[in-house]
Amino acid sequence: MAEKKQISLTIDDVVVKVPEGSTIMDAADSIGVAIPRLCYHPHLSILGACRVCLVEVEGMRNPVASCAYPAEAGMKVRTSSTLLRRLRRDVVELILDNHPQECQTCERNTNCELQKLSFELGIRDRLFQGERKRYKKDLSSPAVTRDLEKCILCGRCVRVCEEVQGVTNLSQHRRGFHIEVSPAHQGNMMNSVCVQCGQCANVCPTAAIVEHNDSEAVFAALADPAKHVVVQTAPSIRAAIGEGFGYEPGTPATGRMVTALRLMGFDKVFDTNFGADLTIVEEAYEFMRRLQNNDRLPLLTSCSPGWIKFMEHFYPELIPHASTCRSPMMMLSVLLKTYYAEKAGIDPKNVFVVAIMPCTAKKFEAKRPEHFTPYGVPYTDAVLTTRELIWMMKCYGMDFRHLQDGEFDNPLGVSTGAADLFGTTGGVMEAALRTAYEKLTGKPCEKLDFVEVRGVEGVKESAVKIDGKVINVAVSNGLQNAKNLLDRVVRREKEYHLIEVMACTGGCIGGGGQPYPPPGMHIMDASLLKMRAKALYTIDSQKKLRKSHENPYILKLYEEYLGEPNGHKAHELLHTHYEPKFPRGIR
Amino acid sequence: MSPKTVETTTAPAAGELPEHVLKFIEQTRLLPHPESYLIAVLQMLQKHFGYLPAKSLDTVSQLMQIPSAKVTGVATFYHFFTFVPKGKHTISVCLGTACYVKGAGILVDRLKEMLGVEVGAASKDGLFTLEVARCVGACALAPVVIVDDKVYANVKPDELVKILSKYGYKPK
Amino acid sequence: MPTTPLAQVLKMRHEAISRLFDAKFKAITRITVGSATCENAAGANPVYDRFVHLFGQNKKPGVALGRVGCAGRCDLEPVVTVISKGKIPVKYVKMTPAKVDKVFESHVLGGKVVEEYTMEHVAGLRQFKKIVSVCHGAGCIKKNLGVEKAFQDAITELGLGDSVAVTRSACQGLCERGPVAFVYPDSTVYQKVTPEIAKKIVEKHLHGGKPIAEHTWSGKRLANRFLPIYGNVQFFGKQLRLTLRNCGVIDPENLDEYLAVQGYEALGHVLTNMSQKEVIDAVTKSGLRGRGGGGYPAGRKWQIAYDQKSDQKYFICNADEGDPGAFMDRSTIEGDPHTILEGLMIGGYAIGADKGFVYIRAEYPMAIQRLEKAIADARAAGLLGKNILGSKFNFDIELRLGAGAFVCGEETALLASIEGSRGMPHPRPPYPTVSGLWGKPTCINNVETLANVPVVIIDGPAWFSSIGTPKSKGTKVFSLAGKVNNTGLIEVPMGTTLREVVYDVGGGIKGGKNFKAVQTGGPAGGCLPESTLDTPVDYDSLAAAGSIMGSGGMIVMDEDSCMVDVARFFLEFTQDESCGKCTPCREGTKRMLEMLERITAGKGKEGDVEKLLRLADTVRKASLCGLGQAAPNPVISTITHFRDEYDAHIREKKCPAGVCAALVTYTIIADKCVGCTACARKCPVQCISGAPKKVHVINQDACIKCGQCLLACKFDAVLRK
Repeated sequence: MAEKKQISLTIDDVVVKVPEGSTIMDAADSIGVAIPRLCYHPHLSILGACRVCLVEVEGMRNPVASCAYPAEAGMKVRTSSTLLRRLRRDVVELILDNHPQECQTCERNTNCELQKLSFELGIRDRLFQGERKRYKKDLSSPAVTRDLEKCILCGRCVRVCEEVQGVTNLSQHRRGFHIEVSPAHQGNMMNSVCVQCGQCANVCPTAAIVEHNDSEAVFAALADPAKHVVVQTAPSIRAAIGEGFGYEPGTPATGRMVTALRLMGFDKVFDTNFGADLTIVEEAYEFMRRLQNNDRLPLLTSCSPGWIKFMEHFYPELIPHASTCRSPMMMLSVLLKTYYAEKAGIDPKNVFVVAIMPCTAKKFEAKRPEHFTPYGVPYTDAVLTTRELIWMMKCYGMDFRHLQDGEFDNPLGVSTGAADLFGTTGGVMEAALRTAYEKLTGKPCEKLDFVEVRGVEGVKESAVKIDGKVINVAVSNGLQNAKNLLDRVVRREKEYHLIEVMACTGGCIGGGGQPYPPPGMHIMDASLLKMRAKALYTIDSQKKLRKSHENPYILKLYEEYLGEPNGHKAHELLHTHYEPKFPRGIR
Repeated sequence: MSPKTVETTTAPAAGELPEHVLKFIEQTRLLPHPESYLIAVLQMLQKHFGYLPAKSLDTVSQLMQIPSAKVTGVATFYHFFTFVPKGKHTISVCLGTACYVKGAGILVDRLKEMLGVEVGAASKDGLFTLEVARCVGACALAPVVIVDDKVYANVKPDELVKILSKYGYKPK
Repeated sequence: MPTTPLAQVLKMRHEAISRLFDAKFKAITRITVGSATCENAAGANPVYDRFVHLFGQNKKPGVALGRVGCAGRCDLEPVVTVISKGKIPVKYVKMTPAKVDKVFESHVLGGKVVEEYTMEHVAGLRQFKKIVSVCHGAGCIKKNLGVEKAFQDAITELGLGDSVAVTRSACQGLCERGPVAFVYPDSTVYQKVTPEIAKKIVEKHLHGGKPIAEHTWSGKRLANRFLPIYGNVQFFGKQLRLTLRNCGVIDPENLDEYLAVQGYEALGHVLTNMSQKEVIDAVTKSGLRGRGGGGYPAGRKWQIAYDQKSDQKYFICNADEGDPGAFMDRSTIEGDPHTILEGLMIGGYAIGADKGFVYIRAEYPMAIQRLEKAIADARAAGLLGKNILGSKFNFDIELRLGAGAFVCGEETALLASIEGSRGMPHPRPPYPTVSGLWGKPTCINNVETLANVPVVIIDGPAWFSSIGTPKSKGTKVFSLAGKVNNTGLIEVPMGTTLREVVYDVGGGIKGGKNFKAVQTGGPAGGCLPESTLDTPVDYDSLAAAGSIMGSGGMIVMDEDSCMVDVARFFLEFTQDESCGKCTPCREGTKRMLEMLERITAGKGKEGDVEKLLRLADTVRKASLCGLGQAAPNPVISTITHFRDEYDAHIREKKCPAGVCAALVTYTIIADKCVGCTACARKCPVQCISGAPKKVHVINQDACIKCGQCLLACKFDAVLRK
């Protein structure tokens, strides 16, 4: 590909050189001039709707939107002037005038892009107040809630759902003052093709879309002396929780996280990683059997509930290919209310399971009818996102930095390095390959780092040699990428054996419930995702046990409780089924 | 350009599309950019049904392979498209000041009761749509009720039954 | 054997004329009935049917009946024109079937014109036998030196005052031959007329019946066919019809009639003799600027599209005329659909496109139907499709309908609409000429712009650019409406002053009231006060005066119009049509509207005007597309020119024009009241008290300002202020 030509232009009297095709905003960013912006997002198409990023270009009558206007050689740009300051201020005030005035009681207080801009642009009075739009909140979905009164119509949710996730659940409806962003028929998130992945919440600059708040249920359980409240934490949490307390992304904080949870009053702190190791064992056996019988290949992983719902809407014909394994969170929740309750001598009905997840779809997964106990309550009682946990910890008044390191409880707290990898794209594949290799060949796996499936690219493919056979594997993250890959599978363009699909960009570390990025970084930034992934790879490399099937507590579990992997009891407790869902998604 | 009477055909609730629309969609599959004919398809449906039934929009979404959010997003953008079936007759009660002062509000309430509808909606039997208008400029005749194009003046609540009976209204 | 495309067109014309000869041209008398949306709404169909019926009963050889598009005189429709050889065409107006009976008996059968039904009568003219129309364009007036007076004197001297009239015409683009005078119905054009020649013309031609060949000019222009029919009436006489040259002249549903008036000759010429570059050069040299409102040089747009390298290009005609009160494009399409197709094809050839679209609003069913027929007829005649007229040029045209969104007249929103999406504009660059429909280079031009293209090709860019002003060439179509005597569709050379339009063409203010303002450019334009009446109508002068040319809407207001209410009205429209994508337009116009609603309701506050101006400036400078950028114009221009009205509304809670209902008071003038009780009986809230035969009084506290008392009073005793 030919190198792009460099052009030079002047921004605020500074000469800037950028490749041809850059926008004025790109050019300004390169010299540290961060033009205020709202609807712009580096990983989404350009809309030019908010009109905050206006700049003056010499020779043009009106200011232009710097996010959309291409930089041209010899251009002279002013990013700040009396006019621009006034225009930006007025534009953002107009947004405020159609917005609730409840910053102090809002979920995004101190963390809201609109609030930040209002302060930075110097809006200190309200000149244009008038009619305000009124909407009822959309509380239909267990994963995300929508408050259209707080929507500033930046269109990011529409774009991420269409361009990155390929779901296109949201669109602008009506027009003019009555325009609103909603699912088809101006309906709600539950009765739509929404896969609950929460990427819309991730990119939303305000509290218009936030995860469903389950903290009250957890607070209540913690305060209930009759309840034995246990918590499990996903692999991604330990790499991201520090961000809520000023740590750089990718700072592992496992020990402090455990201590914090104990301080909050959880009776036991377990590790979803245990469930991940268990998933690998079950899935490896499942894969071996499919491989032997050449049955329903490729096998598709099933730990991402956003991906599972996506499959049920968009690719129902691939349902037979999905692994019947429950997700690590679900496996652990089931064990908590059966194996653990038995072992600890607690009535399972009094066990309250809380899961900390980087994911909003897990909230939906927890309520799927397939994951209910026979006596009518969910196995997972409540799911909290990383964001929710961070503020709950702040609510308790914890000085995270100065907590001591703690250890997970047993018997569901020990995990191998393979389990930690689940949080990043390619991690499930790598963990699976480590176990599959040994089980298929009967020989120890020397090279544990399957680097060919590491990295945050959208789709990675590799051919892995196991026992003389070539296993074609593929890893995708982000559902549009999944579509591209699965279309090839459906068209039988290539023979795949094992495919890992993660709904979110970067895998779970980029999940819908993860902390909002620090200033200067954005959701879906490769650098951010790499930093969080690195933490997990580091944890993995520092562990002694790095293969799921070597986890001694897993072996004990099978021995004393489950019997055989994929056996009858394992199937009953650890496996599930899927069903086509409507409305049918458009490919 | 407003249809005064509308033949609401059977089974729009099931999402079925009329034959000529299905044929048209099929033909567009052979043309470049078939999805660009969405607006033309919606116009055909609006003309046929008198409004766009929600289920028929879902059918369009599947047949034209356009995500339903996009279909409804387009449909709600353009003024031509309506989403509530219109009754055979449109009753318009003027709520200008003169009419209001002479009890037009009471007329609206009585009509809502009689027809079992909210303003803007059509009665279940498909006979009447109830609307309100701002000022129609006939203040000396207040309160004014217009049914289709006929203006009824000095209307009293008790006269409503008689007026609507002319159009097929049967009191319960 | 005709081989070249041009030769083929000429052959087709010849055949068309032959076919028409029997039906039309050999007739001694031709009767045409207007047929357009406006004409039909006024009742043209029953009029036509009545003629058909009467001709059915009374066979009259030598008379042909046909339909034509709307000539533009809307307040007098339906219009029936009777064209008899050697006589000035008689234009009957406000026709009804009953009047048809009278006209048929008196004029068709008996040869006597029914004077009181004619347009001339309405204009205060008599039926003259001949008309001398002296050109009053800027070029001719400079050299005029008493030509008009010479004509009048000579006519009076020879006692021809009853049968020959002298009128004035607009510039007809013959400036280098000026002073110019036209004689109707002979269609004689005299050039370089001096007072002496004028005298000779009266003697030899008007009195003696023999035109003076040595002083005539025998060139033909496309525009010439209109004036011989309508030119004697000042409303038309002061126009120059280029875009509308065939409207009211030909039957729009008959391809033969279009061919007969040199239709498709431009296309034939282009395909035979001109390269793409030569076509673009011609359009560039002509100075033709986009008539949709933007005024962007058409030639430059075509050049940019031509320069793009792409496997596919498109040419789109923007017929989404959304300005309320504008119907230029509708009339053009209904009256002369083929000219759009021809312009589109020439444009497509020039830039290298093989596919054209006409994006037309669905609210124009007749225009759509006429366009569909024109396309079908053109295809059948080999004028559209593959290998047009035997050349290598392929081009086909598809209609795409709008669905009720004014914003879809904006280029990028239009493209989104054709692509099947919401009509939301997109930031430019990239411009459509570089990346347009489905990412391909696309040229979008307005109906009026394209209708001028055949004129530029046939009559030449040099002639075209001789009309108008240095920066605005050619003519402009306006829909003249409001408080003028003559409303309708007009086309005048650029540079005509507002005063000439309002008074010469428009016939002055209705009811003898005072002129207050003229609003140009629709919701994107401004209101210009009396002080600006001498502004020439062209892109730059109107902009400098504080308005815009826009697409051609022109609304005249008198002392009874409230300028604050006018601003509120336009903003209400814009708010309703805003697409909602960008913050300043979606929210800003709403807030401006709220302020104006408060002001007109009597709840204005000191400082509101300053706030309005500030918000107007923000909306204008920060909006994404032209809709938002222009939305504040009516507000800004009315505040600039009519600030005192705003102040009255806010400070005194009064509406000087007596329009804003909440600020108006109705009182009974004691001197005039005779106590007839009519008002009290009509009052819906019974707030008028008074015994019979005694002076009545309105209780201001209870008055709801409905105005019924004013309507009821026959003694002018109710005052509304």
